[in-house]
Amino acid sequence: MSSTRPRWEPAEVEPEAQRDLSAQGAPGAGDAARSVEQPTTTPNGAPPTPLPAKHGLGVRLEQLRAFYGSSEQVKGIDLDFRANEVTAIIGPSGSGKSTLIRCINRMHEEIPGARAEGRVMLDDLNVYDASVDVVAVRRAIGMVFQKPNPFPTMSIFDNVAAGIRLSSRRRDDLHGKVEWALRSAGLWDEVSDRLSEPGADLSGGQQQRLCIARSLAVEPEVILMDEPCSALDPIATLKIEELIDQLKTRVTIVIVTHNMQQAARVADRTAFMLDGALVEVGPTQEIFTTPTDRRTEEYVTGKFG
Amino acid sequence: MSAHGASTGTLARFAVSPARRRRDRIARSALLTATVIALIPLGLIVFYLLSKGLGSWSTSFFSTDPTGNTFFKSQSIGGIKSAILGTLEIVGLASAIAVPIGICVAIWIVEYGKDSWFAHTVRFFVDVLTGVPSIVFGLFIYIVLVVGTGSTYAGYKGSLALSLLMLPVVIRSAEVILLLVPGALRESALALGAPRWRMILRIVLPTALPGMVTGVLLAVARAAGETAPLLFTAGETLKSNSDLGQFTNALPVQIYYDVTSPTTSVVNRAWGTALTLVVMILLLNVIARAISRRSRLA
Repeated sequence: MSSTRPRWEPAEVEPEAQRDLSAQGAPGAGDAARSVEQPTTTPNGAPPTPLPAKHGLGVRLEQLRAFYGSSEQVKGIDLDFRANEVTAIIGPSGSGKSTLIRCINRMHEEIPGARAEGRVMLDDLNVYDASVDVVAVRRAIGMVFQKPNPFPTMSIFDNVAAGIRLSSRRRDDLHGKVEWALRSAGLWDEVSDRLSEPGADLSGGQQQRLCIARSLAVEPEVILMDEPCSALDPIATLKIEELIDQLKTRVTIVIVTHNMQQAARVADRTAFMLDGALVEVGPTQEIFTTPTDRRTEEYVTGKFG
Repeated sequence: MSAHGASTGTLARFAVSPARRRRDRIARSALLTATVIALIPLGLIVFYLLSKGLGSWSTSFFSTDPTGNTFFKSQSIGGIKSAILGTLEIVGLASAIAVPIGICVAIWIVEYGKDSWFAHTVRFFVDVLTGVPSIVFGLFIYIVLVVGTGSTYAGYKGSLALSLLMLPVVIRSAEVILLLVPGALRESALALGAPRWRMILRIVLPTALPGMVTGVLLAVARAAGETAPLLFTAGETLKSNSDLGQFTNALPVQIYYDVTSPTTSVVNRAWGTALTLVVMILLLNVIARAISRRSRLA
C-alpha cells in the first residue's frame, strides 16, 4: 500500500529553510537551533528531567482547502511549519485559523459535513493519504484546545496516563512517563502530592497545563494549540507561554491566537490569515514591524479585527 | 404608581412596583398550588400502601406460595413467594436482554449513525415504540411465540415481551445522556490518538454512566410494574419455579388476580403485594444510585 503512496517532492526546501532560521532576527527566532542541545528546566525550576531523544517534525500544507458542507473556510493555503519552531497563526474571528490547524491532525473531518482537500505533509508523509491511519496521525500530532478539558471522571494521574492508555502505546513505566509529562508541563510540583485527585478540581490554568501534559505523554512530534490561553488569566497565560518556549526543543508547535502580544512573545514565525486565505507569513518580528501586505499592517496595528 | 424620579425621590425608580409584587405573588402561589396538588395523590398512595399493605406482611407472606384456597376461611391463602421470585426472574432476564442491546443502539445512534438517514429512521421507530401500549407487546409475543409455535405460556416469553417494552426506554434515555457528554471530551480523546471504540469505552461511557443507570432503572421499574404483557405470555401459576420455560408468576399478575377476589384476606394480600413491589423498586433505585455514585470520581 505504502509504495503507491504519492510522495511529494523530496524535502529539499525543508533543511535549508530550517537552517537559516537562526540567522533571522525575530525575537526568539534564534532559539530553535540553540535549544535542541540545551537541557531544559521546568518553569518552576525543577531539576532538568531526561527528555526522550526525540524532536519535532516539520509540517507543510500544500493547497489545503477545508469545507463545511459547501462553504469553503480554508481556501488553498500553502504554509510551512518548521520543525522545532513555534508558528503563530493570527487573524480575525472566522478567518479559518482553527479550521486550518484542525486539518493538520485530521480533526476537521470529525465534524459532520466537513472535509478537506490538498496535502498536509508531516515530514514526507501526506497525512491525507488513503493508506494513512488517522489514529497514528493524531498520535504524532497532539492538540490542545481552547477550553481546558480534562477528563472529568479521571484523576490527575489518569488524565495524563489517558493518552498512553487510550492510544495503546507501550504501558511500561507508566508512572515515569506521567511524571515526565507533568514535569515538562510545569505542573509536577503543584500536583505531585495529589495525583489521585480529580483533574477537574485544578484551577483553569493548571487544567490547561494538565491537558498539555496529557498530549505530551504520548510523545507527539507536533503540538497544535487552538487559542490555549483564551480562557486563562494573565498569570496562567504567562506560565503556558514559558512552557511553549521550553517545549519547542522537542516538538514543533503551531499556535492559533487572538492575542497579538502573545504571538509576538512566543512565536518564531507568524502567519496572518484573512477570510480563509493566507495573507502573509514570516519571522514574527517582520510581521509585526515591517509587514509587506497592507492588510497585515492594518491588522497588527489594530485598525480592524 | 408613576414612579418617576423627580417627584418621588431618587430611589423610587428602583423600587419594586406594587403591581409587579402582586403578579409575583400570584405566580408563585399558582406554582406552589400545582406542586401541592401533585403531591396529594402521591402522599395518598404511600399512605394507603403502608396502612393496608403492612398489615398483610408476615414471614409466611414472603416464604410461602399462594395456595389457591380462597373459599374456606379455615384454609390458608398462602403468601406471594412465587410472585416475588417470578418477577425477579422475568424482569432480570428482560433487563439482561434489553439493557445491553439498548445501550449499544444508543451508542450507535450517537457516536456512529449521527445524522444519517438510517439513524433518523431508528430514532423515529424508537419514538413510536415508546408510545406503544404495553399490552401490544404482550399480544405480539403471544401471537408469535405462543400461538405461532403452537406451544403454551412460559416465563421467558414474558421476559421477551417486557424486554421489547424496555428497549425503547433504555435507548432513548441512554441516547439523551450520551448526547450530554461534551463533544470536547470526545475531541480531546481522539486528538490523543485514541481509536474511536476506545474513546467510547474509556471516556464517553464512564462519563455517561450515572445518567445511564438512572435511565435503565426507569425502564426496569416500568417493566417490573407491568401486568398486561405478562397475562398471556408468562401465564398464571401459584408455584415458585426457577425454570423460565414454565408458567411463571409475577407480582403485578398476582395483584391483578387478588384484587378482583371477593375474599377480604385475598384483597389485603394484593395490597401487601403492591407494597412489596414498590419497596423492591425503591431498593433497586437506592442500590443502583450507590453504585453509580461510587463509580464517579469526586
